[in-house]
Amino acid sequence: MSETAMPAITAAKPRRTLNRAVIRFAGDSGDGMQVTGEQFTTEAAWAGNDISTLPNFPAEIRAPAGTLFGVSSFQLQFGSQRVYTPGDQLDALVAMNPAALKVHLSDLKKGGILIVNTAAFDQRNLEKAGYPKDDKGEPKNPLNDPGLAEQYRLYQVDISGMTKKSLEDLPLNAKEKERCKNFFALGLVSWIYTRPLDPTLDAIKKRFAKNPTFVEANIRVLKAGHAFGETAEMFSEHYGIEAAEMPPGVYRSMTGNRALAWGLLAAAERTKIPIVFGAYPITPASSILEELALHKRWRVRTFQAEDEIAAVTAAVGASFGGAIGVTASSGPGIALKGEGIGLAVMAELPLVIFDIQRGGPSTGLPTKTEQADLMQAMYGRNSESPIVVIAPSTPGDCFYIAYEAVRIAVKYMVPVMVLSDGYLANGSEPWLIPDAKTLPDIPVAFRTERQGFAPYLRDPATLARPWVRPGTPGLEHRIGGIEKQDVTGNISYDPENHDHMVRTRAEKVRRVAQEIPPTVIHGSESGDVLVVGWGGTYGAITAAVEEAQIEGKAVASIHLRHLNPLPPDLGQILRQYRRILVPEINSGQLVRVLRAEYLVDAVGFNRVRGMPLASQEILEAINQLLEAKR
Amino acid sequence: MSTVTGTPGAAPKYTKKDFESDQDVRWCPGCGDYAILSAVQKTMPDLGIPREDIVFISGIGCSSRFPYYMNTYGFHTIHGRAPAIATGLKLARPELKVFVVTGDGDGLSIGGNHLLHVLRRNVDVTILLFNNRIYGLTKGQYSPTSELGKVTKSTPMGSADRPVSPCAFALAAGATFVARTVDRNIAHMEETLKRAAHHKGAAFVEILQNCNVYNDLAWNVLYDKESKILHECRLEDGKPITFGPADDRRGLVLEGLKPKVVKVSEVPESALWKHDAADRAAAMVLGQLWAPEYPIPLGTLLNQEGETTYEEIVVQQEQKAISDRGQGDVAKLLMAGETWKIG
Repeated sequence: MSETAMPAITAAKPRRTLNRAVIRFAGDSGDGMQVTGEQFTTEAAWAGNDISTLPNFPAEIRAPAGTLFGVSSFQLQFGSQRVYTPGDQLDALVAMNPAALKVHLSDLKKGGILIVNTAAFDQRNLEKAGYPKDDKGEPKNPLNDPGLAEQYRLYQVDISGMTKKSLEDLPLNAKEKERCKNFFALGLVSWIYTRPLDPTLDAIKKRFAKNPTFVEANIRVLKAGHAFGETAEMFSEHYGIEAAEMPPGVYRSMTGNRALAWGLLAAAERTKIPIVFGAYPITPASSILEELALHKRWRVRTFQAEDEIAAVTAAVGASFGGAIGVTASSGPGIALKGEGIGLAVMAELPLVIFDIQRGGPSTGLPTKTEQADLMQAMYGRNSESPIVVIAPSTPGDCFYIAYEAVRIAVKYMVPVMVLSDGYLANGSEPWLIPDAKTLPDIPVAFRTERQGFAPYLRDPATLARPWVRPGTPGLEHRIGGIEKQDVTGNISYDPENHDHMVRTRAEKVRRVAQEIPPTVIHGSESGDVLVVGWGGTYGAITAAVEEAQIEGKAVASIHLRHLNPLPPDLGQILRQYRRILVPEINSGQLVRVLRAEYLVDAVGFNRVRGMPLASQEILEAINQLLEAKR
Repeated sequence: MSTVTGTPGAAPKYTKKDFESDQDVRWCPGCGDYAILSAVQKTMPDLGIPREDIVFISGIGCSSRFPYYMNTYGFHTIHGRAPAIATGLKLARPELKVFVVTGDGDGLSIGGNHLLHVLRRNVDVTILLFNNRIYGLTKGQYSPTSELGKVTKSTPMGSADRPVSPCAFALAAGATFVARTVDRNIAHMEETLKRAAHHKGAAFVEILQNCNVYNDLAWNVLYDKESKILHECRLEDGKPITFGPADDRRGLVLEGLKPKVVKVSEVPESALWKHDAADRAAAMVLGQLWAPEYPIPLGTLLNQEGETTYEEIVVQQEQKAISDRGQGDVAKLLMAGETWKIG
């Protein structure tokens, strides 16, 4: 760390050590809250904390300023212990305007830190935020309500004014100066939680490399915010959070979508087979396309298709050509891709599909998270059309899941759907960088031998048919979406053959179970309640279960990575617990599968708000189930 | 069986027979598709490309059974999507020779969007659109090229929607090669297919094809001997656009953008519209012409040579990225940017 960056901490103010903190920056879409949150995340990461983040922004690109629906926020939890979620209730809230205060105040703990930018609490903004009017017909300023300061540790700071003042002598216009105010807030919060400013200073220098005035302005404002915390009479103490005990190694911050993209790069590098990635822009999946487009050096060919159907069918065409065909979308796009995925099922070609789930149905909540595409993934195509379904549990896990999807797809010649979600896609965590060499091998053998060749000849272990690259002499053959005779691949309308092929396609997917390692049980191997989760709820479930365990309850959890086929040991595990709880951000999809598959009396815990589940509410559901048992 | 691998020019001497597959052809007896299949098989040896480097991709419909009958690589896919599948294949394997076989319903109705985009991108594929102005495989509903007022099973009182002209569509989409031919003129069809197949970039051929079961003689204007003489207009590059009986030849002159039919004998040859297949604007006008007001142009409406293809640009960008910064290395990528060490 550079020596200049950290302003000296005066001994005047005491520093209290905390285990963890949950803070949220909230403001207008144009207030730079995402950048502020990401920067604070980096600072906390530098300090060695474990972290989980939750960016939350409106679907509108430039929502009207000051409105409730234009509020953008970034929440993170950082701590000296394992941090599984972005946190339920806030220890600190920064509200840059009245709308942000109105939207987010209810999430702040009683007694929590509340920092408001007083300059933004003018009549216009109060009106836009819809605060009730007084007798004179003027909107009431919530900051004048004595109850606010009674319930929270309210800090009224003229962030805009002080930002302007510290930039007085710089040749910037008023708008440009105003835009720096988020760094004042960041400087102040960095002081409150004693996180190092170094990474932010570096980032400012990099970001505005071409404009030294902007560098100067943002650094000044950042330091002004920091100094304000230190010197203003307002703050009587600040907090330290020790570095977390994390496995040793080199870390980086990782978001789910970037991890998916990089996992594909790792697979391309290992297989030495080009990837053709077809996609049509859709929230929250677009950033995978954008990320991959940066990495042509891995022979990843990105194709921004004319629509979702072209995106998936181009991927199928690429797989037919001997490349790894990949497509990505969110729920609405996956619905359009159904027939194309079915073609890959029928043609028995490898295909990887990323579904970054969002709130639905229809357009739904494009920027919010949900887990309601499990049924679509498993059954959302015509006829008997089984595919492999897997789900990552954390942003960093997306790297491994993408790699695993490719491995299974080419080994079994099947489509593999990866169910990520908006929360994993945009959320980030400190990620222990793996040694790429330790990733499992992905053997690919294209058939070139003519002797005994038939298009639907099957590998006895995997039931995979041979993958033949067009251009291979002597193996010219035709495949397609019409039912085929097994082995020869000739068109066949024979009833018994169709029945046989339906079973064969299902068995092929079922055999992927041989790839699944023993299920990891978080807790003891039998007990009162087993919590079964999948996907992005991993953090919330784990935090809740750990808390229940600390309270001495016989509760364990498992988190399913493989949803189709399910792990071979799952049935046995389910029978070791009295009750089974399945928390999901849907109306009960995995729970239905488990009940059908294993005839167990599993119950769901379901909230579909477009937001991650809170660990506290899962804990309550566990406790209720424990009580119901008695 | 071919024993030669990969490189074009190293293809063995093929005959038509080398391209016939072992599958029974299942079109209705008398279908125009038989003549097209034969013409395509006959064209193949002329390409000088090893058989294993040729791929036929189709969608759904009568025409789309085509790949099964070609002894090359083939993929019979889903309705309307063949252009997108071919695009993915060319992205993965730019060196392959890829044909797309489609029909008026497959290519212009359910797959209209993909046809538009494969053409505008100038993907190096040869697209054969069999236009019979009817849905055959679903047993006789009207198609997007059926004439207004067409009475079919789904339009008992006549269709209410106006037809699209496939060639005009392809030209407007930005195809770099557009031609029209007819299933009952074998020699012309072979010649046209040859030119299309040799074109680099998106080549589009409309083949007027007879469905003798559901829309017999839809192209009678070009089948009937007398009508054919009056309306068929063979385009020849560099020559005046003429048609009609030998003793009463007609030609076209342009009045502004509007073509006017004239008697060849009544104007000097220099006044006649001379066909220039490289002229896109002229091709756009040609694409609009139809009987009875105008002749029906057959042959190459547009042939824009030397245009860069989509996949060429993709590969160029990839090679530039590799030559600038080297092959990708995941181990380096993972460590690039902001990292920190613990323990």
